[in-house]
Amino acid sequence: MENNTRKKEVKVGQLCQLCHCRKAVMKRPKNLQKLCKECFYHVFETEIHLTIIKEKLFYKGETIAIGASGGKDSTVLASIMKTLNERYNYGLNLVLLSVDEGIVGYRDDSLATVKRNQQQYQMPLEIVSYKDLYNWTMDEIVSCTGVKSSCTYCGVLRRQALDRGAIKLDIHHVVTGHNADDMAETVLMNLLRGDAARIESSVNVTTNSIGSPVKRSKPFKYTYQKEIVLYAHYKKLDYFSTECTYAPEAFRGTARVLLKNLESVRPSCIIDIIHSGGHFKLKPKRIRTNTPKKNIPQNTNNNNKNKHNNNNNTDKEIEIRPDGSVSIVKDGNRCERCGYLSMNKICKACILLQGLEANRPKMIIGESLTSSSDGAAKLSKTLEGLSF
Amino acid sequence: MVKVKVEFLGGLDQTFNGIKNLKLEIDGEEPKLIELINKLSNEYISNEKDFEMFIQEGTIRPGILVLINDTDWELEDKEDYILDDGDLISFTSTLHGG
Repeated sequence: MENNTRKKEVKVGQLCQLCHCRKAVMKRPKNLQKLCKECFYHVFETEIHLTIIKEKLFYKGETIAIGASGGKDSTVLASIMKTLNERYNYGLNLVLLSVDEGIVGYRDDSLATVKRNQQQYQMPLEIVSYKDLYNWTMDEIVSCTGVKSSCTYCGVLRRQALDRGAIKLDIHHVVTGHNADDMAETVLMNLLRGDAARIESSVNVTTNSIGSPVKRSKPFKYTYQKEIVLYAHYKKLDYFSTECTYAPEAFRGTARVLLKNLESVRPSCIIDIIHSGGHFKLKPKRIRTNTPKKNIPQNTNNNNKNKHNNNNNTDKEIEIRPDGSVSIVKDGNRCERCGYLSMNKICKACILLQGLEANRPKMIIGESLTSSSDGAAKLSKTLEGLSF
Repeated sequence: MVKVKVEFLGGLDQTFNGIKNLKLEIDGEEPKLIELINKLSNEYISNEKDFEMFIQEGTIRPGILVLINDTDWELEDKEDYILDDGDLISFTSTLHGG
């Protein structure tokens, strides 16, 4: 009894700051508010609902594919979408869509979780596999290219696989479980590697390239990873949590650690980074086209101006990329090989697959330099060891 | 001496040789949570590389969620929380991909 008395005393400071009657169990990283379980559920769900409403993510009667990996984010997403759809009468048809990359000991186990989710949430499930789409499993690709470049291949192939899966089901809108932490991480990564052009678009709640048949949305844009994990934990949701067999991309891992360290000092930094990313506007391009216009009255410059314009037109249409592919700067182009939407003549996935099939797997990967020098070093070492 | 239960979730069990649940006895009158953390990191992590998956700068690594009887440890004095008989301490990694 004596032991229990210490537990039962709840000080006023420990009470939930919303209902003021139950003991707080968590502290929101966003605003340091202390909440009880019930109020946390309410705030968490309502915030996502408000994001959906404010951003007008869906229309009534729309069919939505939920990108489901079996991990915490997509499991919570499936649960939340079902809850909100019923509570607020969105009128959505929800379907689970999974990609089987073909990673034994990782994806097969997580897909088992998705199959249980299918039962728990009573949603149809579609699984598309790399093997069927590309005739390669990730295990085969890795055995061919090595672990280091696995994320490059997997990322490019997965993006297409989700789109193709959705089209197969005649669905034109996929929601994914990307959360605020993921977005801040991506902003940081783009910033750190000088990919300034991508910063602004990386925080978009919806991405929809012109001509693309599938739209993507991230209802968890403002949702902290910590709260997703807590929600899954308190609601006892069934999710799978094992790191992929192939080491995650080293750079992303470093950015993630940096972000977590920042968050422990200043929890709001995640939302602040997203805010900064969203307000990060690049100076508009093609300022040059404006300069000749100013010179219009000067007749002597007319010829030059025409030349300029011609150059610009050709620049706009065709650009030869370092890898030899030709880019046509116009949305809505199709890959010549597979017909998938692509900025280039041949889409990235086809270039990667072509490389694999030609047994030149390392041609596009950043490590190509090091690996070739490794090869050279290895060769010279073997030569040194030779005796006549 | 205090008896507590420990849980490793979110893939953190991989750092602890696949152990998901533990029952532990901590010596002392009013042992603090930090003593449990030290005991776990010194006695239950066999691979030295895994140490920094759990500990950073003498405490729990950022990105690992600590719950004391389902309550966020940030509301319970964190490392200085005084352990009680029957407490359930859970460590959840949020670092794994979703």
